[in-house]
Amino acid sequence: MTQSNITVQGPRTPLNEFWFYFKQNRGAVIGLAYVSFIVLLAVLADVLAPHSPTDQFREFILTPPAFSEGGSSQFLLGTDGVGRDILSRLMHGARLSLLIGLFIVSISLIMGISLGLFAGYFGGFLDTAIMRISDILQSLPALLLAIGIVAVLGPSIVNAGLALSLVYLPHYIRLTRASVLAEKNRDYVISSRVAGARSMRLMFITILPNCLAPLIVQATLGFSNAILDMAALGFLGLGAQPPLPEWGTMLATAKEFIQSAWWVVTFPGLMILTTVLAFNLMGDGLRDALDPKLKQ
Amino acid sequence: MFQFFIRRLGMVIPTFIGVSLLTFSLIHLIPGDPVTVMGGERGFSEEQRQEIEALLGLDKPLWQQYIRYVGNVVQGDLGTSFITREPVMDEFLTLFPATIELSFFAALFAFCVGLPLGIIAAVKRGSFFDHTVMTISLAGYSMPIFWWGLLLILFMSIQLDITPVAGRLDVLYWVDEVTGFMIIDAWLSGEEGAVRSALSHLFLPSIVLGTIPMAVIARMTRSSMLEVLGEDYIRTARAKGLSKFRVVMKHGLRNALIPVVTVIGLQVGTLLSGAILTETIFAWPGIGKWLIEAIGRRDYPVVQGGLLIIATIIIIVNLLVDLTYGIINPRVRHSK
Repeated sequence: MTQSNITVQGPRTPLNEFWFYFKQNRGAVIGLAYVSFIVLLAVLADVLAPHSPTDQFREFILTPPAFSEGGSSQFLLGTDGVGRDILSRLMHGARLSLLIGLFIVSISLIMGISLGLFAGYFGGFLDTAIMRISDILQSLPALLLAIGIVAVLGPSIVNAGLALSLVYLPHYIRLTRASVLAEKNRDYVISSRVAGARSMRLMFITILPNCLAPLIVQATLGFSNAILDMAALGFLGLGAQPPLPEWGTMLATAKEFIQSAWWVVTFPGLMILTTVLAFNLMGDGLRDALDPKLKQ
Repeated sequence: MFQFFIRRLGMVIPTFIGVSLLTFSLIHLIPGDPVTVMGGERGFSEEQRQEIEALLGLDKPLWQQYIRYVGNVVQGDLGTSFITREPVMDEFLTLFPATIELSFFAALFAFCVGLPLGIIAAVKRGSFFDHTVMTISLAGYSMPIFWWGLLLILFMSIQLDITPVAGRLDVLYWVDEVTGFMIIDAWLSGEEGAVRSALSHLFLPSIVLGTIPMAVIARMTRSSMLEVLGEDYIRTARAKGLSKFRVVMKHGLRNALIPVVTVIGLQVGTLLSGAILTETIFAWPGIGKWLIEAIGRRDYPVVQGGLLIIATIIIIVNLLVDLTYGIINPRVRHSK
C-alpha cells in the first residue's frame, strides 16, 4: 500500500475566516499595523518619551528638529514655543487621543446599542420617539452640534467628549435598530422565546450578538471621526485645554509660530492625519471582512 | 408627489423644534444667569436687574419664555449682542455674504476637481491613476482641514509668497460694501487689481474648505460611474460604434450624476461647519469666525442666534435636496 498524505482542511474558524478576508485588503493591513504602532506608542509613552510632555526647557525654545540645521539630538522633532519636546508631547498626545476616542466610542456604542435594541424590539411609540430624536441629532453636522453643546457645558476635554458621544449616537441607534428589525422574527429568536426567554435576555443575549458586525465597523470608523472632531474642537479652543498635549490643541498654539517654526505646525497635524487615515483604512477592511453586504 | 412633500415637510418641524430647544436652553444652562453675564464685571444693582429681567421676559415661566423665543425667531428677531448691542440678525446678514462667497468657491473647487477625478478613475478602473485618486480621496476624507490650511499657508504664502496669509482683500484697496460679496464689490469699485486681490485671497481658503467635499465627490462619482458603465445601455452605445468619449460623457455621466448631485447638496452642512475652522485659520470675516469669537467672549445671544440660523439653513437645504431628488427619482417618493 502506498501512503499518500492527504491534508484535510477543516472548516475555518470564524477568526481564521475573518483574517482570510481582512488580509486581502492591503490598505486595511497597513492601517492595522499603523494603529497597533500608535497604540504601542500610547501605552509605552512614559517609557519611550525622552522627556516629560510638560517640562519646559527654557534655553531650548523653538529648537528645530534634529535632522535639520540647528537641531539638537536631544530633541528629535524639535521643541515648541515654550521649549517642550514635541516628540514627547506627540507620544502622550497619542495616549490622550486614543483614550478620548475610546471614551467617546464606548459611550455612544453602549447607549446607541441599548436605545437601538429597545426601539427595534419594542417598536411603537418608543421607537418613534427614539428615531425622531436621532433624526434631530443627525440633521446637523457633527462639529456644529458639538460646538453648540460645548458652548452650553463649557470648554473642556470631558465636555467635548460627552458632546461628541451624543453627536455620534444616531449612527449606532440606526444600525442596531435595523439589524434588530431584520433578526427579531427569525426562527432562532422565536424558538428562544418559546423556550421561555424574557425580553431582556432575547434582546441582549439572543439578538445582539447577531447584530454586531456592522456595529464593529461603525465603531472603528467612529474612532477616526472622534479623533478628528476632538482635534478640531481642541484647535478652536473648545476641547482639551493647554497644557494638555492633545494634537489639535497643540496646533492651536502653533498658529503663531507658522512664520518661524514649521516643525511646530507640521508634526501634530501629520499625527492626526495618519492616525485618522489608518482607522479609516482599517474600517474599510473590517467592512469587507465582516459584512460583505455593506461592501460598496 | 404632494403626499411625499407633506411627509418630508412634517419631518422638518420636529427637527426645528429640537434645534430651537437646544439653542434656547443654551442661555439657561450656562454657568451663572444671563443678566449677570450681560452685566459683565461691573454688574447691575438689584433694581436694574429686575428691570432687565422683566424686559427680557426672564421672570416668566420657562415654557412661556420658549414660546416667546420661538415667536421672536419666526419674526426674524434673534435678540441683541451683549457686546456690540447690535441685533444678532443684522450682524449675521453683514457677515453671511463672506461665508457664502467662500463656500461657493469651495464647492466650485470640489466639483471641478472631484468630478473629473472620479470619472477618469472609473474609466481607468484598477489602473495606477485609479489607485492614486482613491488614495488622495481617502486622505482628503481623513484630513484635519485646520492643519491642511496651516500647511498651505506655510508653503504657498510663507515659502513661495504666492498667496496672501489672511483676510479678504489687500489693504491697498478700499472697496465700498455694496453686496457684501468681495469679488462683486471689487469689480463694481472699478479699482485696478482689486478683483485680482480678492481672488487671490479666496484661493487658499477655498481649497482648504473644498478638500473634504472634493474627496467625497470623487469617491461618489467613481462608484456611481462604475455602476452605470456596467449597464446594458452602455454596451449598446458602444456597440453602435459611438466614440468612447461620447459613451462616457453622454450616456454614462448623465445617469451617474443623480446620486452625485444629491451628495453635493448634502455637503452644505460640511461646508458650513468646515467654514468655522477655515475662517478661524484665514481670519475670514464670516459667520464661522463670528460664532467662535462669540463663544470666547460669552456673547450668548450671538451663539444662540448663529447656531440656530446655520442649523436652519442646513435643514432647509437638506429638505430641498430631498425634494429635488424625489422629483428626479420617483422611487424615492414612494418608498417609506
